[in-house]
Amino acid sequence: MELTLWTYEGPPHVGAMRVASSMKDIHYVLHAPQGDTYADLLFTMIERRGQRPPVTYTTFQARDLGGDTAELVKRNITEAVERFKPKTLLVGESCTAELIQDQPGALAKGMGFDIPIVNLELPAYSKKENWGASETFYQIIRTLLKDKVNEIDKINPQRWKSLGRRPKVNILGPTLLGFRCRDDVIEIQRILSEQGIDTNVVAPLGSSPEDIERLIDADINVCLYHEIAEISCEWLKRNCGMEYTTTIPIGIKNTINFIHEVHEKLDLPLTNKGELENKSKLPWYSKSVDSNYLTGKRVFIFGDGTHAIAAAKIAKDELGFEVVGLGTYSREMARQVRAAAKDLNIEALITNSYLEVEDAMKKASPELVLGTQMERHSAKRLGIPCSVISTPMHVQDVPARYSPQMGWEGANVIFDDWVHPLMMGLEEHLIDMFKHDFEFVDGHQSHLGHTATNAPDNKETKQAQSNMNIQEKSILWTESGKAELTKVPFFVRGKVKSNTEKYALSKGLPEINDETLYDAKAFFG
Amino acid sequence: MSKVELNKETGPREVFCGLTSIVWLHRRMPDAFFLVVGSRTCAHLIQSAAGVMIFAEPRFGTAILEEKDLAGLADAHEELDRVVNDLISRRPEIKTLFLVGSCPSEVIKLDLATVSEKLNKRFLGQVRFVNYSGSGIETTFTQGEDGALKALVPLMESTDDEKLLLVGTLANNVEDRFKKIFNHIGITNVESFPPRQSTELPKIGKNTKVLLTQPYLSDTVRDLKHRGCEIIYAPFPLGVEGSSKWFLAGADAFKINELKVHEVIAPLANRARQALEKHTEILRGKKLFLLPESQLEISLARFLHNECGMELIEVGTPYLNKDLMDEELNLLPDDTKIVEGQHVEKQLDRVRATSPDLVVCGMGLANPLEAEGISTKWSIEMVFSPIHGIDQAADLAGLFSRPLKRNQILTSKTLATH
Repeated sequence: MELTLWTYEGPPHVGAMRVASSMKDIHYVLHAPQGDTYADLLFTMIERRGQRPPVTYTTFQARDLGGDTAELVKRNITEAVERFKPKTLLVGESCTAELIQDQPGALAKGMGFDIPIVNLELPAYSKKENWGASETFYQIIRTLLKDKVNEIDKINPQRWKSLGRRPKVNILGPTLLGFRCRDDVIEIQRILSEQGIDTNVVAPLGSSPEDIERLIDADINVCLYHEIAEISCEWLKRNCGMEYTTTIPIGIKNTINFIHEVHEKLDLPLTNKGELENKSKLPWYSKSVDSNYLTGKRVFIFGDGTHAIAAAKIAKDELGFEVVGLGTYSREMARQVRAAAKDLNIEALITNSYLEVEDAMKKASPELVLGTQMERHSAKRLGIPCSVISTPMHVQDVPARYSPQMGWEGANVIFDDWVHPLMMGLEEHLIDMFKHDFEFVDGHQSHLGHTATNAPDNKETKQAQSNMNIQEKSILWTESGKAELTKVPFFVRGKVKSNTEKYALSKGLPEINDETLYDAKAFFG
Repeated sequence: MSKVELNKETGPREVFCGLTSIVWLHRRMPDAFFLVVGSRTCAHLIQSAAGVMIFAEPRFGTAILEEKDLAGLADAHEELDRVVNDLISRRPEIKTLFLVGSCPSEVIKLDLATVSEKLNKRFLGQVRFVNYSGSGIETTFTQGEDGALKALVPLMESTDDEKLLLVGTLANNVEDRFKKIFNHIGITNVESFPPRQSTELPKIGKNTKVLLTQPYLSDTVRDLKHRGCEIIYAPFPLGVEGSSKWFLAGADAFKINELKVHEVIAPLANRARQALEKHTEILRGKKLFLLPESQLEISLARFLHNECGMELIEVGTPYLNKDLMDEELNLLPDDTKIVEGQHVEKQLDRVRATSPDLVVCGMGLANPLEAEGISTKWSIEMVFSPIHGIDQAADLAGLFSRPLKRNQILTSKTLATH
């Protein structure tokens, strides 16, 4: 048993729902008790969707367990097929149904429908949401393409030349409830089309079973989110030789690398190399004088594998931050995240426990947190500004405006989203000058810092601070020491405090006064 | 006997399960912790239902069953021991720990009663363990509260003192108001169950008169009856009419003259009716369809029809306890169509066919119906908002008039949704 207070990922059948709901003409019969219908509100509330997910729950109850739940499954399958007339039917079960072993997928296959039936076996007690989404997408592709790929030759990525048409690619991996997927797809399609490359199919988001059947018309696949599409891309490579890209186009450098990778794979010469540098405002904004204050800002990163790795690279190479923490809850991507952390000379944090993440965050004392909705809560408690970069997310992370993470516009969005919770350069100096004025409220953030610690959360911040005080009562701070500490900007105060205490302990000092603070400052540099 | 039309329906449902009631129960009793013994789905459910609203560390969690727990039950008991130890060392301020059963723990027949018993011995004097089931194969949404309260009844000490016991979770301000009004009426010994601290359970006995504040507490009521309590049957305190009759029934059980009650509540009722007017202007004549979710649907339908002039198309309820609801059913118009249970697709077909002005439904259905041009109100808001009592009648009506008013504001301008 694992004790969980908050969890980063749902069960695997929620991953399956994300794929089913992303697609058209598909229906998912889920053998599950009534409570499992909660999953619908992830789509209708968090994503504000105007349609119900295409899911029929069998809604079995305790009294059904003594009888024939298999009959209940069959009845629901029949009703769902009649009512929704899907072109492909997914059949699976949730955690409770798995225990009663009705095998709904096998039942459905024996019912004589003339549509493809995908039997989803998603082990609920060992796997999680992203795995479920990835497996579902793969099973759909496998079911719908198995016969076709046997008939075709290996796909040459350069065949577009001999076929006398523009090169075309599939974009694989975006789903509903993925982080800004909808806008990423638009951005990537736009970038590819500027390069003379067409999009054959985007899947699962917006695709139909017919679209899946024509995946093999493309020259290569673009694997946009490894968590969802890597297994499918591998299968397409193994079975029909389709190449796929592995660079995730988040950030300027990786967007350029991505464009290069696509061109190389397609053997398409890149004509306008120089222009790529000027497509986004991020490089100039990052170089502009106001950004000087960003130099070496300490940033803590936690999220899904794809977004965490990308964030670390942008933070270090494109914004000049110091990455003091990097981690993921995606165990499937632990290896890649560890490698990325190693490049930064830190150790990756691979965990499902948001409390462990909060502890690591506290120890690292960052000036900015880039994380999920959970880290947003933790950062609030600790009084640290935070920007959300990955799922799980809040309804406010599904904005009405166009706000991709990928490509040129994605880089612009990232600059704004990450930098606004911090103070601007000039602003920081002004606050330093005016902080002794009576109007000055300690804990002030940028007026743009809507995701950072604002007034309503002050109570929790104070609570966290007073907790901190209680824990560290053992070391005596003199009045002059305390007064000096309050002059330190609040966002580094925790770090300064613990450094000074560490210094005092190492020197065997009985108490900390203002001079000790300066001594420690000089010592640590 | 009422002549309402009672129908039953079975099929796929769209309702929350009993685990969800943890979300308000943990707010009510801040010294209690709710540990769900279940799957990742259970953890995800509570987080999705409550997560975005809670910023502090929650006083609920899930012991997630893993494959190895399913292999042997002895293991699961030991594992649960370990998880409970972790939890209590992390949260030493916890006084009552609810072990909450879920669908998977029910199906594998994990015996939480035995586990609780053992833990009770081990943590004697420190933490009290209680268990109940919030499983979705047995309970819907608000029934979880019934399970939690029923589990507390055996822990309530006995007394022969005469008292009025208000049963069902209320907002604190509403509870205070109720006690004050009963005091004015002349009933001074009024207590609440659940209490605000899990350790301060009221004493009960043959002179305890129970007045329910929520209609979904059938099992708790049965156990209170077994302990000798007298159950006062009344409509539920929603709206001016329901609340007035509820106060009258309470006073009657204490043999207090009806005139005295009227004297106290008449000014409140007059004031509330005035406040209601601006909402009834919007609600009058509008067609209402209630989908099953909170089990408050019948009381809400009665209020919205009798006091706000709405026309009832269909009143869905997940479960109907005729004993507890008889007083309410009698106040409904004779031809009211009540549907117990659900076949969500067929019910939505009826919604579309009857084009109601307002649909009361769960969160999963609200936006899809809005996208079809049908105004909705979330059921879940009824369990989170202070809606009980005479003074809150206008606020309650406001929950329903707001979507209609918003609709008028937006469609009168240029906003088309498709």
